Order: sequence, then C-alpha cells, then structure tokens
Amino acid sequence: MPLIEFRNVNKWFGDFHVLKNINESVEKGEVLVICGPSGSGKSTLVRCINRLEDINQGEILINGRTITGKDQNLNELRAEIGIVFQQFNLYPHLSVLRNITLAPVKVKKISKEEAEKTALRLLDRVGIGNQAHKYPIELSGGQQQRVAIARALAMKPQIMLFDEPTSALDPEMINEVLSVMKDLAREGMTMLCVTHEMGFAREVADRIIFMDHGEILERGTPTHFFTSPEHERTKAFLREIL
Amino acid sequence: MDTFMTWLSGLFSNWGIVWKNFDYLLVGAYPQGPLGGLAMSIVMAVIGIFGAFWIGLAVGLMRLSSRRWLAWPALVYIEIIRGTPLLMVIFWFYFFAPILLGHAVPETDSAIAAFIVFTSAYVAEIVRAGVLSLPKGQTEAARGSGLSHTQAMIYVILPQALRNMIPSFVNQFVSLTKDTSLAMIINVNELTLSARHIYTRTMKAPMEIFLTIALLYFVICWVLTAFSRKLERGMSRYQSRETL
Repeated sequence: MPLIEFRNVNKWFGDFHVLKNINESVEKGEVLVICGPSGSGKSTLVRCINRLEDINQGEILINGRTITGKDQNLNELRAEIGIVFQQFNLYPHLSVLRNITLAPVKVKKISKEEAEKTALRLLDRVGIGNQAHKYPIELSGGQQQRVAIARALAMKPQIMLFDEPTSALDPEMINEVLSVMKDLAREGMTMLCVTHEMGFAREVADRIIFMDHGEILERGTPTHFFTSPEHERTKAFLREIL
Repeated sequence: MDTFMTWLSGLFSNWGIVWKNFDYLLVGAYPQGPLGGLAMSIVMAVIGIFGAFWIGLAVGLMRLSSRRWLAWPALVYIEIIRGTPLLMVIFWFYFFAPILLGHAVPETDSAIAAFIVFTSAYVAEIVRAGVLSLPKGQTEAARGSGLSHTQAMIYVILPQALRNMIPSFVNQFVSLTKDTSLAMIINVNELTLSARHIYTRTMKAPMEIFLTIALLYFVICWVLTAFSRKLERGMSRYQSRETL
C-alpha cells in the first residue's frame, strides 16, 4: 500500500482547471521531485496533501485512508505532515526556539522542556545550533529556511512537503538548504519536493514527475527523465532549465 | 492701536475666575458632590476605550470569519454605526435604554454605553485591517503545522496584527477622548459642561474658560499619543533588529 495516493484528482480555481485527473502514488521513504513551468499546478498538487488547498473531485489517501472527506480532522492531518514554504514564513515576533516549539507544545501537548530539547537538537542537525535565541530577522535567508525545516521536523512528521524551498534564496545560500534536504532524504524521510534544482533532483530523487497545465506529462527515474524523456514538452523544459 | 490693545487685554484679563474654579474644571464638585470636569471626561474615555477594545476585537474577528452567520451580523453592526453620527447614538441610549430596561438609567451610563457601542465599530475595522495586512503565509504556516484557527489567531496572527494596529487604535482613542464632550448634551457633567457651568454662573471670562479647557483636552490627547509611540517602539523590538 502506498503512503500517499492520488485518485482521479481534479481541482479548479474558478474557471481555471489547475489539476487535471491526477493519478499518482508515493511510497514510504520515497523522494518525489515535482517540476514544471510556473502555473503548471505543482505547488497546488503538494498543498492538497495537507489540505491547504481543497480538491473538487477524486480523493487523496494517506496510508489507505481518505483524507479529502468532509469529516477529516484537519489539525490531526496537518500535525503528521511537515511543510516548508518558498517564503519561509517564520513567525517574526517569536525567537527561533519559540518558532520551533510552538506547534509541538500547543498541538501535541509536549512539555516545554521536552520541546526545547528537541528543538535544540534539530537546530544542531540543520547546522545553526547557536542561533536558538535570535529572532528570524537576524538570520540570513538560508538560515531562516533551515529553521523552517527544523520547525516542520519538530512535529515528527511522516511526510515532508517542500514548496520551492530554495526559490527565494540568494544563490550562495541554496546549497546549505539543499544539503539539509539531502540528509533528510538519506535518513528515509518521505519527501515531495517542488523545485527547479535539477542537480538536487538528479542526485536525490527516486522519481521525478513533470507537470504542465495541470497534467502529469512525464514520470520516471532521474536517469529516464534526464536522458530519455518521452514528451516534447519535457524536452523543451529541460533544454531551457539545464 | 492703544484702544485695540486695551480691548484685547480686557478680553483676557479674567484669569482669576479660571483659577478660582480650577478644581471644578478638574474634578467637578468632588469630593463633596458628584465627580465631574476633566476627571469625568477621562473616566468615560478610559471605560469607553477598554470596552470598545474587547467588543471591537470580537466584532472584527467575527467579521473576518468564513461563517456567514458570524460575519453578517458584524458587518451590519459596523455599517450602521459608521453611517450614524455619534450624537445620534448618544440620544438613542439616553432615550431608549430606560424604556428597554424599564427603569431610569444615569446619564453617565447611557453616554458610556454609547461611546463603547460607537467606538467598537471602528475598532472592529481596525482589527480587520490589521489581520488582513499580515502576509497570508503566516496563517498558512500556523494552520499547516496543525494549530487550530483559534490557536493560530492567539499565538501567531494577533500578536503581530495588534502591534500594527497601535497607531490606528490611538487615533481612535484620541477621537473618543475629544468626543466625550458630546455627553454634555444629555447633561453629563464632563469637562465642557463644567466650563459652561462656570460661565453661566459668573457670566464672565468666556475666552479664558474655554481656552483653558481646550488646553486640557490637548494635553490629554498629546500624552496618549506619546504613550502609544513608546508602546509601539517597545513592541516592535523584533522588527528594529533589521537595522542591526
């Protein structure tokens, strides 16, 4: 049984058909990279998994259980799924430490001491253990995004979603974030990454899917994707981005 | 020219009357009689501000709700109040409150109720604007980590939004402080009415008396504004670090 399964998923933003009959599944421990031009629906696809977006047709299952039903408890669902955004979205009024401990303390009811211990360990792991008491504004973009990753990991999620995590970063900061993501992939985290970092995709992805106009046009291993893509649109995209 | 100067100095020669009645301007007949004057204005403004903050916060959050049965009453309330003069609202409470409650209501209570109801509508709009001015990503990050709507509001959205709201809040409260003078119309002995009492009693020194109360209103509003600036600086500590 796959960890995540999309079954005939359709979604519209008004008249705009943003996801067209999506069928896809992700196994536990798999790293799936989703690429495609902007407006192709790749961010929306990822954001449907934790219901930041709602679908109009079809269903999404996690561990064989549908999560797109009306009676789904959204807070329980989201506590199991970490998400990292393009704009980091750290809470500017809270210290780095409080950014990370807020959800574990308030949602999972973990004690403050326990949550802080975990947070400090995670900050060490993403390489900024000495910044715990600073405020987000005092950190560089790359450091902020690593805090955001630590914040997501603090909930001990089954799945991590990355929505263009390096697109807002200066070039010299991209690698520090990617290397944290690579470590995470190596440790067996199930990851869905929307990204334009083709080097990362080649090195880390188990599978790559290519989307355009709300459809999945191409899917396969990195080797297949980079050496023998079938679809003309994929070839054009690769020519432009590589 | 000389006659003009004499005339002018004559206009402002009666400061003695202001001085003799200064305690009446400040506290009314208190402690022998009821509280009045500037103290009454401040009491009404402070209670009004306090009440309007909480009701305005609640109404503003209702207005933001995606549930129509919450948002709609809030919208109707805000629109009605914003389309009505404060003086009218004061009359409503003065005439209708005793009828609705079935017993006499002190004028001061009617006036305070009117101030709270009136100012709440404006505070609600300030709250709404403050919340909407935050980037959408803040709500998404909070809800995306499993926090409920209420938790996201309490821990993530409102702490940031309230700070952004401070200047507008203070504007509103400065307005309210000045607007307490309207309560004289239903015979509440606040600063403006106290001044008129002194004038009708003495029939002298109108310039001196009304200049003095203008100065008193100004000082109170100025102190409020200065306090808010200080508060704003304190709360924006995490933002000013940008400049480090």
